[in-house]
Parts: sequence; structure tokens; C-alpha cells
Amino acid sequence: MSTPNAEPDLLYSEEEEALRAAVRDLLTDHCGPAAVIARTESDTPYDPALWKQLAEGMGLAGLLIPEVRGGQGASHREVAVVLEELGRAVAPVPYLTSAVVATEALLACDDAELLERLASGRTVGALAVSLTTAPGAPFATARVEGGSLHGELTSVADAVAADVLLVPADDDNLYAVAADAVTRTPRIPLDLTRPLATVTLDGAPGRSLGPAEPAVRRALRAGAGLLASEQLGVADWALTETVRYLKERKQFNRPVGGFQALKHRLAQLWLEVVSLRAAARAAADALTTGHDTGLTVAVAQSYASPVAVHATEEALQLHGGLGMTWEHPVHLYLKRAKADSLAYGSAGAHREAVAGLADLPIPASG
Amino acid sequence: MTDAAELRRRTQELLAAHPPATTDRLGFLRARFDAGLAWVHYPEGLGGLGAPRSLQAVVDEELAAVGAPDNDPRRIGIGLGMAAPTVLRYGTDEQKARFLRPLWTGEEVWCQLFSEPGAGSDLAALGTRAVREGEDWVIDGQKVWTSSAHLARWAILIARTDPDAPKHAGITYFVCDMTDPGVEVRPLRQITGEAEFNEVFLTGVRIPDSHRLGEVGDGWRVAQTTLMNERVSIGGMRLPREGGMIGPVAKTWRERPALRTHELHQRLVKLWIEAEVSRLTAERLRQQLNAGQPGYEGSGMKLAFARLNQEISGLEVELRGEEGLLYDDWTMRRPELVDFTGRDAGYRYLRSKGNSIEGGTSEVLLNIVAERVLGLPAEPRTDKDVPWKDLAR
Repeated sequence: MSTPNAEPDLLYSEEEEALRAAVRDLLTDHCGPAAVIARTESDTPYDPALWKQLAEGMGLAGLLIPEVRGGQGASHREVAVVLEELGRAVAPVPYLTSAVVATEALLACDDAELLERLASGRTVGALAVSLTTAPGAPFATARVEGGSLHGELTSVADAVAADVLLVPADDDNLYAVAADAVTRTPRIPLDLTRPLATVTLDGAPGRSLGPAEPAVRRALRAGAGLLASEQLGVADWALTETVRYLKERKQFNRPVGGFQALKHRLAQLWLEVVSLRAAARAAADALTTGHDTGLTVAVAQSYASPVAVHATEEALQLHGGLGMTWEHPVHLYLKRAKADSLAYGSAGAHREAVAGLADLPIPASG
Repeated sequence: MTDAAELRRRTQELLAAHPPATTDRLGFLRARFDAGLAWVHYPEGLGGLGAPRSLQAVVDEELAAVGAPDNDPRRIGIGLGMAAPTVLRYGTDEQKARFLRPLWTGEEVWCQLFSEPGAGSDLAALGTRAVREGEDWVIDGQKVWTSSAHLARWAILIARTDPDAPKHAGITYFVCDMTDPGVEVRPLRQITGEAEFNEVFLTGVRIPDSHRLGEVGDGWRVAQTTLMNERVSIGGMRLPREGGMIGPVAKTWRERPALRTHELHQRLVKLWIEAEVSRLTAERLRQQLNAGQPGYEGSGMKLAFARLNQEISGLEVELRGEEGLLYDDWTMRRPELVDFTGRDAGYRYLRSKGNSIEGGTSEVLLNIVAERVLGLPAEPRTDKDVPWKDLAR
């Protein structure tokens, strides 16, 4: 069992805190819960205006992309801070899918043209792999026939928002396919803020970007690792909002938050959230440094999913009847947390990965 | 301003003047204290240089690199972690000069006389009396759960000096001489078979007023310094991966495939992950403290480690199969340290039951987190303004 040579940097730098403040200000002004709920019932569940402000206005779409490719040359640590804030607002923008997952796939292929387009934020990319796929797990592919792509790929997140799809094919290559060259059939998602679609390719033209396997693996690993920061944002909102509510809400002539049964539940939740913060920071730092990355990402992701779900379930229960209403935003967070618990590999899939990486082998069969 | 380079230079000077190879251990430790390199964040003349606390690592690394003798922070943990910061904050110049050097070198071991049979989590309910007689205070009462009492030269003690005041107001803080004839230490045997703790009976113990820490009646506030430092030291540990209880279990799992079952595998991997996340949380707290941004995580680390230790050690007993039915040694021993790794799984299982009780029960700590960290309303208090003598006991 190897011990890390150096401990990861688990704090936030001043620059990261400044970035957080800027993103939070923008989301406070342009991504209130009522607007998010209203948008989930509209034809465009994601918010193109908000995306434009984040991506073009603040340059956040290109954080992971080197400056020579038109990006900011920042690291996963900064992206993690952005995702914490997007999670805290359950923002309906394709940030994780385009600026992290699709971008990482393109970085693996070093495709200058698409990287520059994604960096500007004017082009949105989506990796055409099921959202449930764990890093290292097998994934469905399109068929290459007569120089064009055929087949059906399911559960592709944010495909409806994308301008370009990155499609793995059965010739082991990853292809760039214009979104308007395929049929995207929206499915009704549990999490309305992260739309899913089935992508049908019927002789779609594609441009080969390079080998699919390493690109998809890298993309999903970054997606899984940084999803923990989104889940941290979701859990942190649930805790903060529930504590605030329980200080105000009175029953039996006392603030509900003064009852010990509830205090202990919230204190326990707080402990889970601060622990998730350490795990998510470790994953972001490991993705940045490349040190101990596989294990740190798997640890963070297997810990994050149950905590985010628990936090939002507690928030719902402790808001009483209000928590069951469509009007109160807690359901947005519960749905995001539950869907996130399946995204880029379930906690169980990541626990299996930990078992392998930490040398805790499964019993021999029999 | 003392910086890292300055500390390195001073450390090299110390090593040149007192070569570890030809200096006895105690002599070296005393010289290190006098050079201000014991705890660099303490004031000059008291073992420090008024330097940032984070720079201690510079000195420690330089000295460790040449194998210089060190004190034994685990053996003298109560002195280092609880008595010293309290003496530093509330002690007179004479008290600081008298107590801090032998405390740090380990020449004098300290214990802590806080808990009583009737006052555990409700510490301010304590009934040990201190009555003023001339220049002395005369102490009568009983304390419990006192580790190291049989080894200690000094104790930090809280006692009631005003039974007519409400329970938090009538307490005073003292340094008690454990060699006083009125101090009787009796081993307290535990479920593990060993006697790690003691009961301490105090009968007419005389403490000079010059050994009082802080003002008369201000003992509760002084004790808060002690308790806060206890929590920081519990939360500020640096652990390597698998450095805690999960280590021996993972080792057994790797070495003995015949013991593996699928059900145990699920539980083991889940606990391994939780142990690693708790380790990272403690590491984040350490980094915050070093960066001068103390976080609240310390209050939670003890809760997390207590639960983890209990779950992991419980799993370990099951993992061992038939061996799990056995125990290594029921002899009544008097260990100086809690030695989790030197004993068998059954010992770890039983001893870890204390982790959610000692130093504040998990239930009380959850209240503290809820009230001080999350700002939730405090528990209703029926004892706050009532004179201590009128409270039901």
C-alpha cells in the first residue's frame, strides 16, 4: 500500500475564493430557484443566457484549456470551485458536460480546432457516452459503415444543448459529429436541470479525433472527480438552507432547530459535508497534480454520492410538508443529488475501483 | 521576525553546541528548550521564540534528520496538550518559569483532575471542594477517569470554591501536587482488563494559593482553554494513509485470503473509504491551522474517529473467524499509553468503546457542533442561575 509522498493541498487559495465570489454573485443575480423551476417546465431546460455569461463573459468554459489553445490554462482546482457554486444553485448549464468532460476528451486528442471553439464558450460539446458510465467501464459505440456513423447512444447528458457530439465508434476512434447531423430524442429525466437524450446516428458524417479509449477514460475520470465538487455544492446548500429554516420555523412554541433529535441529525450532516469538502478538494488537487489520481477520485466519488443524497433527503424531511411542494426548490436538489449518484459511475462502482487500487481484493469465488 | 532560515540556523547552533552523540538525552532536551526550539510559538525564555506555530516543523525536521533525541509527546500528552497552553495563558511569571520546562522535557508528567463520578459530561456540576485556609486551599473530593495519575508529578484540578454561586461561577482552577499526602490514587480496571485510568481521592490536600491558575471563581473560563486545546490536539493529528485502525484490518485481509467473504468485503471497502476521507478531513484541518485559518472541523474529527474505530474494530473481530473468539491478555496491566496496535483485535474492539465517551461523549459533541458551529438554539437550561448547593444531585 503506497503512501502519498506529499499531502494534497486541501485549502482554497485567495484566487479561488475570488473566483467563487464572482460565480456566486452571477448565480445569485441570474439563477434564482424560482427561475430554475420555471425553466424546467420550458422547452429549453438549460439556460443559454446564463451559459453565455459564464462561458463568454467570465471565460470559464476554457479554464482547463491551455492558453495556446485559446483557454485560461487554469487547473481542476479552479474548475472544482466553479462546480461547487453551480451545484449550490443547481444551475441548468452544460458546464460539467462541456467544459469538463468533452473538454478533457478533446485535450486527450489535442484537437486544436475544437478546443479553441469550446474554450470560447460559443460551441458546446457533449461526449456521447451514457451518463452512468464509470471511468474504465465499457461504453457503447457507434458503427462505422461506408465512412459514416450509425447507431443509437442512450442517456447522453446535455446532448440537446450541444453543438458538437464526441462519438466513440467501433473502429476504436473518437469522432466529432455536428449535432444537427444526428437525431436527438429528449427523454424525461429525473433531474430536470440536466437533460438527457437518445442520440441516433443514421449515416452521420464524422471527423476522427484519435483513439477513443484513452480520451473517454480521461474524460470520465475528470468528470467523476469533479462531480464530487458539484455534489459538495448541492449538499452544502441543503445543509445551510435547512439550518436556516429550522432556526426560523417554530412548532410547539420553540424553534424546531432547538430540538435535540434534529440538532444531532444536522450536526451529523455537517460532519459529512466537511468530510466531503476534504475528499472533493483532494480529488481536484489529484487531478491537477496527477499524483495518486485514480484512487483519490474513486474515494471522493464513492463518498460524495451518498452524502449528497443524504443531505437533500434530510433537507426534504426537515422542511416538513413544504419540502414536498413543487414551489420549494429542495426537490431540484434532491433530484440532482439522486441523478448525480448514478453519474460517471455509482458509489458502488467506485468502491470496486477503490478495492482494486487499495489492494483489498474480493474473495475468490465459491 | 523569526523565519525558517533563522530557525534552521539556530537549530544548527544547538546541534553544534550540544552534539546529540555526546550529550545525554535530558541534557539535550533542556538545551533545546533553553534555545527556544521546544515549541517555537511560545515566548522567548519559555521554550519558544514567538515564531509562527507552523514553523515548528522546520525545527522538528532538522532535528529528526540527524536523529537528535526527542521528548515523548504521547507519554506527556496531557501536559503538552492541556496543561501547558493553560499555564501559558493564565499562569503568573513564576508559574510559567516553574512548570513549563520540566513539563516539556518530560521530567514531570501531568494529569488532569476534572471529571468526577457525579460530573462527567456535565462537568460544571463538580462537587470537589476547595476551602481557603490562610495561604492555602484545602481540597476534599473525588476525581475519576484520570489517566497517568499514578505517574504524574502535577495535576490540573478544578474545584468548587463557592457553593452559593451558580455552578459555572463558583469554580477555581489549581495546579495540584500529586505527592501531597492527601492524594490517593487507585487503579480503575476497565472492560479490557487493564487499568489505564485511576480514581483519585483528595482528602485535606493543601494547595498553596500561588498554585492557583486564574482568578478565584474564574475556573470554568480557564478550563475552557484546556478543553479547547484538547480538541485541537485530537483533531490536529497527521496520519498516513491506513495509519489508523483500518491498517491492521487491511493487512489481515491482504495476508489471509481464507478469511475473506463477500459481505465482509463490502463493509471493509466502505470503512476503508471512510477512514481515508476522515484522514483527509483531519489533514485539511491541520492545513487550516497552519495557515492561520482555524476551522471548526476539529469538533467533528473526534466524532468521526470514534465511530470509525468502533465499526472497524468490530469488523476486525468478525474477520478473524475462530480467532475472534479469543483474547490476548486479561491481566490487569498499567499501560502508560493506549496501545491500539500492540494488542489484538478483541482489545481494539473493547477499548474503542471508550472513544465515544472519553473527552466528551459523542452526544455532547453533537450538541456542541449544533450550537456553536451551526448556531442552532441551545438546550433549555434549568440550572444556569441556581446556586450550585441548591441543585438536585
